[in-house]
Amino acid sequence: MHEELAILRDSVAAWVDSGGGVRMLRAVRDRRDLPGFDPAIFAVMAELGWAGVLVAEEFGGSGLGFRGMGVLLEELGRHLVPAPLIGSAVAAASALDWSGRPPVKHRWLPGIAEGSAIAALAVDEGARHTPERIALRAERTGSRFAVSGTKVFVLDGMAADVFVVAARTDGSPDALFGVTLFAIPASAAGLGRAPIRLIDSRGYATLSLENVRLTEDDVVGEVDGGRALLDQVLDAARAAVAAEMLGLAVQAFDATLDYLRVRVQFGKPIGAFQALQHRAATMFGRILLTRCLVEDALDALDSDPATAGARVSAAKSAAGDLVNLVTREMVQLHGGIAMTEEHDAGLYLKRARVLEATLGSAAYHRERFAALCGF
Amino acid sequence: MSADRELDGLRASVREWVEANFPASLRDAREQERFFQSMPMYPTGADWDLWKARLIEKRWTAPGWPAEFGGGGYGPSASGAIAMALVQAGAFNPVAGNGTTMLGPTLLEFGTRDQQERHLPPIVRGEIVWCQGFSEPNAGSDLASLSTRAVEDGGDFIVSGQKMWTSDAHHAHWCFCLVRTDPSRKHAGISFLLIDMASPGIAVRPIRTIAGNSHFCEVFFNDVRVSKENLVGKLGDGWMIAKRLLQFERDPTLRPRRQFVGDARPLDQIARDYIGCSEDGRLADAALRDRIARNMIDAEALRLLQTRMTGDGATGAGATDAISVAKNARAAIQQEREELLLEIMGYRGLGEAGAEFDDVELETTRAFLWNKAMTIFSGSTEIQNNIIAKRILHLPTA
Repeated sequence: MHEELAILRDSVAAWVDSGGGVRMLRAVRDRRDLPGFDPAIFAVMAELGWAGVLVAEEFGGSGLGFRGMGVLLEELGRHLVPAPLIGSAVAAASALDWSGRPPVKHRWLPGIAEGSAIAALAVDEGARHTPERIALRAERTGSRFAVSGTKVFVLDGMAADVFVVAARTDGSPDALFGVTLFAIPASAAGLGRAPIRLIDSRGYATLSLENVRLTEDDVVGEVDGGRALLDQVLDAARAAVAAEMLGLAVQAFDATLDYLRVRVQFGKPIGAFQALQHRAATMFGRILLTRCLVEDALDALDSDPATAGARVSAAKSAAGDLVNLVTREMVQLHGGIAMTEEHDAGLYLKRARVLEATLGSAAYHRERFAALCGF
Repeated sequence: MSADRELDGLRASVREWVEANFPASLRDAREQERFFQSMPMYPTGADWDLWKARLIEKRWTAPGWPAEFGGGGYGPSASGAIAMALVQAGAFNPVAGNGTTMLGPTLLEFGTRDQQERHLPPIVRGEIVWCQGFSEPNAGSDLASLSTRAVEDGGDFIVSGQKMWTSDAHHAHWCFCLVRTDPSRKHAGISFLLIDMASPGIAVRPIRTIAGNSHFCEVFFNDVRVSKENLVGKLGDGWMIAKRLLQFERDPTLRPRRQFVGDARPLDQIARDYIGCSEDGRLADAALRDRIARNMIDAEALRLLQTRMTGDGATGAGATDAISVAKNARAAIQQEREELLLEIMGYRGLGEAGAEFDDVELETTRAFLWNKAMTIFSGSTEIQNNIIAKRILHLPTA
């Protein structure tokens, strides 16, 4: 397995390099007609099998597991390559895989694995990630459902062919029981979406559903008993976000180190100043330690996703703190040049803040870690 | 994978063996406290002797050393696994100390055959306590500026000078010492000398610390005669050997024993006792919850890093790269834990003495004070950061 992961890492790195690295993001950003990534480039990535890393071979995937997905996202994250992987190939693919429901699984999973279908996870309803509260209603009549409500901050929501939506089928918004996940086609009558433009130039959407008609065949997992599956799916996506953040931090740090070596002031490279050396040393240590937590979370998902929660929250909070630190230092240690649009530091800063907020901030995950540890 | 399974098997056999051979009386928390308090000496008593004898016979007091010196002959990952498994099974290594963690590995790498045969077996048997004569009053972080002189005189050196912060020197039988053999060269003028603490001309004075104990000492050398057979490596090799030895010292995986005294339970349990819970069963202070969670997550990251360092698996950085990181992290996480404990315990974490406080509370306070040394000793946090910046990140020097 170590060898397979090393090969994957090398091949992703080489592909990113040949594609121009961060220039891929700049191209997407400058073309307003794209949905936050370049579908032509994503088609190439899908061709390489990257949309199917988590998917079992019988559904067209490569089955390399979360560690494999982590390597892929880390390497893409290093150079901020935009691709609809976390919502689709991680969250939705996991939801369908773990759903125990053949209809939705057969309908969507092969397309997700080969990259011909893009799925998005729609959970958040307010400004901050609060999945404990699901208010979007799905009224049940027999085996039919009518869904109405709003979802926000839907990653790759403008490009998605299908949404995995957390809905309330019973009880009050805060109730543990009464949550159901649905796979809702983007083409469903009554489903509308509008783009949200965030600073990281990806494609987010606000989703509005008005009396969207669904059947039992659209259910992912258990009716009313979807809370555990939702938590598990969120953990899959959070660990993936943490892996991307790790890659982002590694590259932001490497770029900063390079600058410390070449930028000369007072007649010497600024990296010779101890005040700056110690800040670099601190970042180096934090990266090493955070990598342990991120890879541990991915291992936890590979071995038993139902009990991975605390380890995923540990990784997501540590990775959030890490990118926050490293991107602040990247800007500060580069000085004025980092304030220019031409320099990449701003792109790293912006992507970092969005990833920090995605699926729960560092503070949210420390609080969740505490709760899962029983305090 | 099969190597992993072998290690799992080894760990299981350690657990099983400890279960059968670790005397029940020593499992008592107070007895274990006696052990930590008495270090570097070993407590007296029949069960204490029995445990020591059994572990020596099993060759697990220095599992990574060659069998000819009484070691277990295991490779690095297996010996690390044995050491960790001992602690995890609730036992401890009765001879763990400067001899096993620092001098032994150094002699195995740099010592002569004679030096190895003479000094390693008594370390394995826990007969000899070693102290480390490195720091001096004017050579702290700038250790290489040390000035304790060793002048050649026939087959001997004559040693004069003063060492400082020498841990446990008042109990030690021998000292491994950095001495200046050439005043004209800074690093290359330093040599590594083994000195019998019973030699005439040595005076030891314990230093009372902020924690009230006297673990550190000053050691005075007044024309002490040391045979040249006690020189490790060549004349002038001292700094090179010391750098290697300091890696052993800073490597937390080589000392898998409890590092602190006081309340050793998880922070959240202690906090529950002192602060209580709100109706939803959660710790009543949300700000503390956050800080406790952060400290626990940091500790978990360090644990994972140390596990990688003992295995031969890939870290993304070489194991020696991780030593300075782990040293700094361990010190910072421990100190943060103790700051949190003081905050959690209120005035009960601030007791100096007296029946008002129970033993664990007083120990916790002393550990808080004592462990302020963790970011200073064995190369301060700042020195470790210098090492990371220069040797690992290769940042410019001038």
